[in-house]
Amino acid sequence: MSARRPKIDKADYYRGIRMTPYDLVKEIAIATVGILVVVLILSAVLSSPDVPSATIQAWAKSDPVDFVTTAASEMAGQSDVAQYGPPYTSGNGSVQSLGPIEPQVWAGVHVAVNAPLDFVLQPLSQATVGDQTLASALTTFNDASATQQAKWLTAYNQALGSAKLVSSEVTVPSGDYGPVPVLMSRLLTLARSGGLDALLLTSEHFYQTDYSKPLLFLSDGGYFPGLAQAQELTGSQWGMMNETGRYPGQAWLWLFTLWYQVPAIASASNADLLVVVVMTILSLGLLLVPFIPGVRDIPRWIPVHKLIWRQHYRNMQRMTK
Amino acid sequence: MSELSGVGSSPGPVPPAPISPGSSATGTPAGRDKGWTAALRGRLDGRLPLEEVLPTRQPAFVGSWVYVFGVVTIAALVWVLVSGCVLAFMGSAWWHTSDLGHFFNSIHFWSVQMFFIFLVLHLWGQYWGAGWRDGRAKTWMVGVVLFLVSIVTAFTGYLIQQNFDSQWIAVNAKDAINATGLGGFFNVLNFGQMYGIHVMLFPIALTLLVVLHIVQVRSRGVVRPIGDPYIPDAGQSTSTGASR
Repeated sequence: MSARRPKIDKADYYRGIRMTPYDLVKEIAIATVGILVVVLILSAVLSSPDVPSATIQAWAKSDPVDFVTTAASEMAGQSDVAQYGPPYTSGNGSVQSLGPIEPQVWAGVHVAVNAPLDFVLQPLSQATVGDQTLASALTTFNDASATQQAKWLTAYNQALGSAKLVSSEVTVPSGDYGPVPVLMSRLLTLARSGGLDALLLTSEHFYQTDYSKPLLFLSDGGYFPGLAQAQELTGSQWGMMNETGRYPGQAWLWLFTLWYQVPAIASASNADLLVVVVMTILSLGLLLVPFIPGVRDIPRWIPVHKLIWRQHYRNMQRMTK
Repeated sequence: MSELSGVGSSPGPVPPAPISPGSSATGTPAGRDKGWTAALRGRLDGRLPLEEVLPTRQPAFVGSWVYVFGVVTIAALVWVLVSGCVLAFMGSAWWHTSDLGHFFNSIHFWSVQMFFIFLVLHLWGQYWGAGWRDGRAKTWMVGVVLFLVSIVTAFTGYLIQQNFDSQWIAVNAKDAINATGLGGFFNVLNFGQMYGIHVMLFPIALTLLVVLHIVQVRSRGVVRPIGDPYIPDAGQSTSTGASR
């Protein structure tokens, strides 16, 4: 059993060091007032960013073809979210692993999303009041076999490649799409009215604070990333470290974002997991600096401390002479 | 063991100050009180007497500019918390619809920026001064945890702005968090969850960590300059500095 380390008191620790008067409360008070003045000036002169949220309504109005294309891919189960994997679905489209280590799979589905039902069929079923055509289209679609539904959706999704906007309606070349065009047309109308924003948020509860579904739906389209691209917020533009406008953003995330600029990591299918692992190791390294030989010795090798305690070392030299 | 090691050269914890003679409020001699309460009081009193919490004298080398960064970081945190309390009290939509609310949001925003600028400067200052020496490794470690918790706190703040930034950051961040398996439990798309965490849990954690960090710093005092080490068994001054 090792002996208990010897104890020292501060008087002994600072033996030989000159002590000077010090007013801690005054220092804190001056710092607090000083920071307030700087912050007030910055707030008054530079304000802060507040670009309004993207909405599904604005998406449907400004880029209806992209909206319908996204909605059709959700119905067909071919969108990113529909195939994502945990925590949203049981798929594996966005599952990341490191060899046999698959924490995403191990954690399982906890924010369940059924893309065709949640993003299209359920909202439409809540909008059938007074719309017999929509009610009939929904019944036709729901009563059809899975094979038939897939045929309609595959054909419609292919036809959307040559879709055009005619009189505010998304039109595709003639084909056997069953009730799908009617469903998409009604969903577009619903979205343009703002109704879909609300319907994607609703659940069995009165109060709502979970925006998972509307955000996931938005993220599947091309409109939302396009807005981010214009604001220089995408991954190749240093991503979420930035923010809208000429503001500093989360500059403290620079190291996290840096790894996404490394081609070998950015192109990996498990890029996010790799970055998280690297940052976890680096964070642990920072935490354990006092115990890591070499890293803890750098301050002695590179004498920045000569600047920090310049006056103290001068005093030492003077007294030595 | 290197002089810069946080372990081997540690002189150990500062000893409890002798409990001053006299009687407690109950008339019992203070040194004879027993039980958990008395033990805690004795420990606190010994480790952190008021003289150490609010010192009126410090080593002369503390006059360096590098010691200002820690104090300014706390000053910025004060305004982060004050402006955050106003924003929380007025409701999450207030600052989008009111000029005064937007101004308070700006105060919150710039206080956070100031907080991080000086926190990072403080961190670098402590690194280049090897502030973990002489048994101060735990102080360094709590400081690093504070830094990491601050980053997550600011991140959740960005998520609850209810504007385009929060939407985009949430959608992008989800993939990294989902990849760790935590996405179902820390759902960045869930405004309610992030709001509670940002205005309640993390501020409490941050404040407690700051208090712990300050207590650590005050109970041990600042570390001696590199090259002027504490020598436990020396019979006289190790420094050529003037006497107290």
